Amino acid sequence: METIPILKVGDCLLISIQVDMHDRLAMSLQNHITEQVVKHHARGVMIDISALEMVDSFIGRVLGSIAAMTRVLGAETVVVGMRPAVAITLVELGLSLGTLRTALNVEVGMELLGSLIDASTGGAFRERQAD
Amino acid sequence: MNVKRTEELVLAQSEDIVRARQTVRAWMIREGFSLVDQTKMVTAASELARNAVDYGGGGVVLLEQLLEGARAGLRITFTDRGPGIPDLELAQTDGYSTGTGLGMGLGGSRRLVNEFTIASSPGQGTVVTITRWR
Repeated sequence: METIPILKVGDCLLISIQVDMHDRLAMSLQNHITEQVVKHHARGVMIDISALEMVDSFIGRVLGSIAAMTRVLGAETVVVGMRPAVAITLVELGLSLGTLRTALNVEVGMELLGSLIDASTGGAFRERQAD
Repeated sequence: MNVKRTEELVLAQSEDIVRARQTVRAWMIREGFSLVDQTKMVTAASELARNAVDYGGGGVVLLEQLLEGARAGLRITFTDRGPGIPDLELAQTDGYSTGTGLGMGLGGSRRLVNEFTIASSPGQGTVVTITRWR
């Protein structure tokens, strides 16, 4: 079965979506990420969508759900790399993506993720990075 | 108005939604639409194809290359034989959904295109047509 790889990097999980996902694949990614967060005690999840040529309401909802589910499990999620045309279209479509945290690219996303994890752990992430 | 070229695709399962948006993307590129226009049309097509698959029990999508005077366009028609929509106005309200979705499909895709028409009657299915001009 086709799957989207989830990489473990320290306390974080890194996912780069490189295919045009059909709806069941998006749902299976959602389940897969939540399982991996628990399995690896992850504190952060970064999802790179720079290869996605469109985000419709279904994929937008799945990204929002992943963020909400991982938060309940103690991990913060940041979505990075959204293309400008995708952002324009999402807003006109009327999808606000609510509380979903986004960043321009992986570097900025990593910084954001670090500060989000710090805020929830009292600085443990930054201290460990500096070791 | 001239229809220069057509293509029809079946919408039965979620893979067909992906195929529909990839086909729409290829047509938009060939017609020389901008990246933003391409993305809007592909996103609208994805929403409407999903409606046909999830709520209409499947259907067909027809792509038509249009030429009207000096302007070129792409028209896409989604036809399903589902239960139909009893209240079209309500169904196009943002956030209204009878299923598990966000309710952004109809109202949202209307905002992404130049022309949008919808016809539906209970028991007869639903036909949605979207057009984008270059």
